[in-house]
Amino acid sequence: MRIALFVTCVADTLYPEVGRATVSLLERLGHDVSFPARQTCCGQLHLNSGHRDEARLLARRLIAALRDYEAVVSPSSSCVGAIREAYPSLAAEVGDTRLERDARELGARTFELSEFLVRRLGLDDVGASFPQRVTYHSSCHSLRVARIGDAPLRLLRRVRGLELVELPRAEECCGFGGTFAVKNADVSLAMLADKCDGVIATGAEYCAGVDASCLLHIGGGLSRRGAVVRTIHLAEILASGARPGASRR
Amino acid sequence: MSATWDFPRAARAELADGQLRANLRTATETIRAKRAVAVAEIDDWEELREAARLIKNETLEHLDQHLERFAANVTAAGGTVHWAADAAAANQVVIDVVRRHGASGVVKMKSLTTDETGLDDALEAAGFDALETDLAELIVQLGHDAPSHILVPAIHRNRREIRDLFARTIGAGRELSDEPAELAEVARLFLRERFLSAAVGVSGANFGVAETGSICVVESEGNGRMCTTLPPALVTIMGIEKLVPRLADLAVFLRLLPRSATGERMNPYTSLWTGVRDGDGPRELHVVLLDDGRTAALGDEVGRQALRCIRCSACLNICPVYQRVGGHAYGSVYPGPIGAILTPQLWGIERFASLPFASTLCGACADVCPVKIDIPEVLLHLRGAAVGASTSPAERTAFAAVAWGLAGPSRFSLAQRLGRLLQRPFLRGGVLRRLPGPLAGWSRGRDLRPVARETFREWWSRERDA
Repeated sequence: MRIALFVTCVADTLYPEVGRATVSLLERLGHDVSFPARQTCCGQLHLNSGHRDEARLLARRLIAALRDYEAVVSPSSSCVGAIREAYPSLAAEVGDTRLERDARELGARTFELSEFLVRRLGLDDVGASFPQRVTYHSSCHSLRVARIGDAPLRLLRRVRGLELVELPRAEECCGFGGTFAVKNADVSLAMLADKCDGVIATGAEYCAGVDASCLLHIGGGLSRRGAVVRTIHLAEILASGARPGASRR
Repeated sequence: MSATWDFPRAARAELADGQLRANLRTATETIRAKRAVAVAEIDDWEELREAARLIKNETLEHLDQHLERFAANVTAAGGTVHWAADAAAANQVVIDVVRRHGASGVVKMKSLTTDETGLDDALEAAGFDALETDLAELIVQLGHDAPSHILVPAIHRNRREIRDLFARTIGAGRELSDEPAELAEVARLFLRERFLSAAVGVSGANFGVAETGSICVVESEGNGRMCTTLPPALVTIMGIEKLVPRLADLAVFLRLLPRSATGERMNPYTSLWTGVRDGDGPRELHVVLLDDGRTAALGDEVGRQALRCIRCSACLNICPVYQRVGGHAYGSVYPGPIGAILTPQLWGIERFASLPFASTLCGACADVCPVKIDIPEVLLHLRGAAVGASTSPAERTAFAAVAWGLAGPSRFSLAQRLGRLLQRPFLRGGVLRRLPGPLAGWSRGRDLRPVARETFREWWSRERDA
């Protein structure tokens, strides 16, 4: 399948290894991955901060950049959620019916990585091996905007050697919320403190997630505390330790 | 009242109170667990939510017609209808009734709408007193405090604090334990006397039925029914959005509301009355229909869905922000996620511009809302309005600059390289520990990962495009 990778501005800039892992995983599964170079950002920073005109501009650009691909895959449930849920209304509110149609059309062929693997390709086991103790933070937008369900957990359960430990209050927000982390720093930090307590209490070596932005936040809190547990993106785990050519059992 | 509300500052003050956070966490998690069980019992929960959404939308779509029908039916059943454009007009109706009856004040059931209008203060200013008869509202009143939760106004107090308060006030010198039953008994003895002697009762309304002119109130303690049946005169104050078209519509809401609110299958007391009748209940009924910003909210295509709210408070209990800061931080009788979208619409986005930003957009509220208000959608919409109304030129410039940097791959690559250069002096052990300007809020409690040595797009062009 001809897949376009939408890497997201956060992964591109701060977590390039997440993008590289996504490419390597999809190629290992036999897919042809392109990186449409005109892509930058989905516009969520502006959208979530109330700067809707700028968000619309960025949405328009991304829609154009990702045209002509059979499927668009992204290692971020939050950005996928923005494309699917916010783009149509951004277009509709200025009466741009053509943009609205294009937005819906893009939304229908855009997938978060684990959702793509489990729902679109029907895979639970991607042949990965990661012999570590791992806990999983289910990011808010994965659950309640992109609605990818338990796809990440289904994949994690099939990774060789991986011991999955449940995170207390896993479904509660880590307190990131984009500019919320800065505008409402005190509340954000109170939420993060509880999340970090939970992660540390699991005794896991890694806290996994499907959104680099949440991992940036949780990882930043853990790093400040000098905790040993590290954050890791699901794509990195799934790309790990595979026997060459072994994508399925 | 007209100063701009600063949510981050108010939240900071509340966060400093460790007792408050502990009380809130215990209380909200208890209610949440009960709600989850009560909701899971119902097979057609999603169909019920959808039905409720449609009924409320139908009501709001033709609100003028439903209001006229409701008013006509209230009048036909012997009640008197008053139209109140604002809080002062609504309060004046109560003051006039009290005065006409030569009463010293009123007994009140729990009512958010009268909290909204500030009825207690208005009565006091006119020389009358208002007695809150709901246990939690009484606690708030005796402590000269403000409610902090829609349903559990004293959620920020634990029982030891309440024992101390009662011992100081209505305990009549008795030695008190912190057993809930004993504390409730103290309140019961204090209140019973006053119910029997009151000349005027005041109530809110959960629902008004347009086709019959009936009013419906749900409650847990029974004090509300005392207020609505014992005094010879009753004044009911309700927001104009509280209507449902048909009596049968209550079948939907009376299933949704208790399960969403207290996690009960059915609330202990449901009162439904129509007008007045001889020898049973009040002989005089006044129904005040309050606008107070609602018509303006109705004019907003995205924002008007907030008027579907049935005040169950499920969104408060699930909200990770509310759970940590409590209700007072929202500067309104409507706190939490619903307050963050209702308050700015009712009383001005300029004054309450900080409220739509009091959320991480985690979406938990929308999932539990029994009338399917898409709270994150309205938050985003109101953030747009807030930016239009009150954003500083500095923020506007910053966001425009970032948008410029994101508008195209070459600009974006340039911005990434620039970031890599500018971060150098702040790098310590591979992370950014102290950041300048607006980013200082981040680095106060979090390290920041730096721009990578090789971004993804640099890697791609080196590996794949070469």
